[in-house]
Amino acid sequence: MPTFKGGVHPYDGKDLSKDKPIVLVQPEGDMVFPVVQHIGAPAKPIVAVGDTVLVGQKIAEAGGFVSSNIISSVSGKVKVIEPRLTVNGKKVLSIVIVNDEEYRTVPGFGEKRDYTKLSKDEIREIVKEAGIVGLGGAGFPTHVKLAPKNPEAIDHVIVNAAECEPYLTSDYRIMLEEPEKLVGGLKVMLSLFEKAKGVIAIEDNKPEAIRVMQQAVSGESNISVVSLKTKYPQGAERQVISMVTGRKIGSDRLPADVGCIVDNVDTVISIYNAVCETTPLIRRIITLTGDAVRNPVNVNVRIGMHYAEMLQQAEGFVEEPEKMISGGPMMGQALSTLNIPVTKTSSSLLAFKKDAVAAEQVTACIRCGRCVSVCPMRLVPKKLAEVVLREDYEAFEKMHGMECYACGSCTYVCPAKKPLTQLCVEGKQGVAASRKAKA
Amino acid sequence: MSKIYNVSASPHIRDHVNTTDIMFDVVVALLPASIFGIYNFGLSAFLTILITVATCVLTELVYELLMKQRVTVGDLSAVVTGLLLALNLPPTVPWWICVLGGVFAILVVKMLFGGIGQNIMNPALAARCFLLISFAGHMTNFVMDGVSGPTPLAVLKEGGKLNLLSMFFGTTGGTIGETSALAILLGAAYLLIKKVITWRIPVIYIITTVLFTGIFHKNGFAPEFMAAQVCGGGLLLGAFFMANDYTTSPITVWGQVIYAIILGILTGVFRTYGASAEGVSYAIILCNLLVPLIEKITIPKSFGKAGAKHGNK
Repeated sequence: MPTFKGGVHPYDGKDLSKDKPIVLVQPEGDMVFPVVQHIGAPAKPIVAVGDTVLVGQKIAEAGGFVSSNIISSVSGKVKVIEPRLTVNGKKVLSIVIVNDEEYRTVPGFGEKRDYTKLSKDEIREIVKEAGIVGLGGAGFPTHVKLAPKNPEAIDHVIVNAAECEPYLTSDYRIMLEEPEKLVGGLKVMLSLFEKAKGVIAIEDNKPEAIRVMQQAVSGESNISVVSLKTKYPQGAERQVISMVTGRKIGSDRLPADVGCIVDNVDTVISIYNAVCETTPLIRRIITLTGDAVRNPVNVNVRIGMHYAEMLQQAEGFVEEPEKMISGGPMMGQALSTLNIPVTKTSSSLLAFKKDAVAAEQVTACIRCGRCVSVCPMRLVPKKLAEVVLREDYEAFEKMHGMECYACGSCTYVCPAKKPLTQLCVEGKQGVAASRKAKA
Repeated sequence: MSKIYNVSASPHIRDHVNTTDIMFDVVVALLPASIFGIYNFGLSAFLTILITVATCVLTELVYELLMKQRVTVGDLSAVVTGLLLALNLPPTVPWWICVLGGVFAILVVKMLFGGIGQNIMNPALAARCFLLISFAGHMTNFVMDGVSGPTPLAVLKEGGKLNLLSMFFGTTGGTIGETSALAILLGAAYLLIKKVITWRIPVIYIITTVLFTGIFHKNGFAPEFMAAQVCGGGLLLGAFFMANDYTTSPITVWGQVIYAIILGILTGVFRTYGASAEGVSYAIILCNLLVPLIEKITIPKSFGKAGAKHGNK
């Protein structure tokens, strides 16, 4: 079974929601669309207050090559365009639309399309127009990923279906419920790269998904399902590429540099929806779970919906939670409030009765070396944390600190409960700032 | 919005293991050797262990109270130090040597360097060496069944014969905790299974010692001599419980390999060419001092850089 050196085995909590079919949810309140829901330049609003918009209508336009369109998920009137609170605690310019609950669509919306009759450029253009970004969490614009410098050298298109973050089950449910769409999306992607074969990589704690996907690809000669050993962070892009192809990349190279295109499950589904069903990115599959919610569930919601409203699907709390997390417990974002909108990169909402972090007392490092042995990038987090506290960013870079992608394994495993990951992130920011100062 | 939820940087979950759990496991792992030592040497061994552990804990407590620091004796690290020091003492040492050793280990070697995780040498071994130098007579008086006698390695050095079986079970002379290979290996197995330690430092250390003495010692690889080298002279206790002490051994993989090899060579040198037959303690505290240097040159290449050759075709 392919795996990587390092990694951790946290309690996975997936049993809470893995057998709950995806529920379609319609929003009621105002819809909020921040212009930053991706990596890259903010999108530019192209509607004005008072305008009437339709489902599928572009309301903000990509602000550069690495940027993404924002599409309205409802029909209604633009109420206001103003900074609103987003998931990371920052206020971001947002287009607020009053949902008229009629869901009137733009012309052609939802029409079936045969991707084999489209040219590669047409497909890329559709993906771009649809506002698709990497839905695994990073939000990298997909049309950029699908247009590498060396398209003829791409030999692997990998669907990252590891879903290694504890508690998350949305990708799992999608694979069980819509395997043919996932295969369809992958086939669209493969049509862009003649030499490439498709690989769907799934952790072996999801045997049902592996079985269903194997069945779904049985007629496809150039698509295979690979099962990966269950271990966090198996689903990290660099780990997945290494597992599937044996090629190892650091921060200085992109997947395309070693012939790989990697996208997560929901992203590939979005590509299918956009290309084959003329439906831009207006929805997300989200897992609502944690020990504080009454009824853990997977939901299909419209982007722009209010978090608190979405959470009603979980039938409230069994106990007032101490901690809310958007995303997984290892890399997700803690929320001070639920007064924020669902964006393209929302993947789950976790409610925990107790805050596992606040309860822990930080003690002195005993140099046990656990952080070193779990780091998937083979770094020495203990030493990186030390130099960051001294603000010695030169040493941080020298010890490969920039390779850290904040998977959280070192902090998770530290018996002294040191915030090692946080310090490494700080170090990366420090290096970036000092580079900027020099430039 | 009424309720403000807790925020913190990711990750939001933590493994349950903390420092106290680890120290507790080490104490458990030292129990076989301690209990066997008491069985082997009687009440005096029990008292030595008790006094040494109590001194270590009290020293840390008093120091932290006087210095108005957070009291950390609850993490059990002082218990581990006390236990290790006691296991490295002959059962007949007077009580004041136990107290002196305990105070030296905790006060001088640990607390004055900044407390847990900051000491540059293993506190128990540094204290033992301090006592060896200061009170050589008391520290090398190994009494067995009421008769003063030499340790197995000392016997061997004088050209005597050994009972290897009694060395394995531990019914020989020596310090309280070093005599029984079986008891030490039981504890080591527990730590390996609980993943508190890895095999790397102890195994490489022992193999290097065996190879070095085998090549350079006049007795060569004679099986009896080799078995005595491994089981005797505190090598097993040192390798599994002190050489791989977290704080004073490298945290990098290659650092651990280099450190263990140097340890083995030094131990071999001391045993082959030195005046005394043992040498584990000195080898370990010397190598402890090399750890920062070893770590500095063994920072690993990061993932993806090391594998650059797998890159673009």
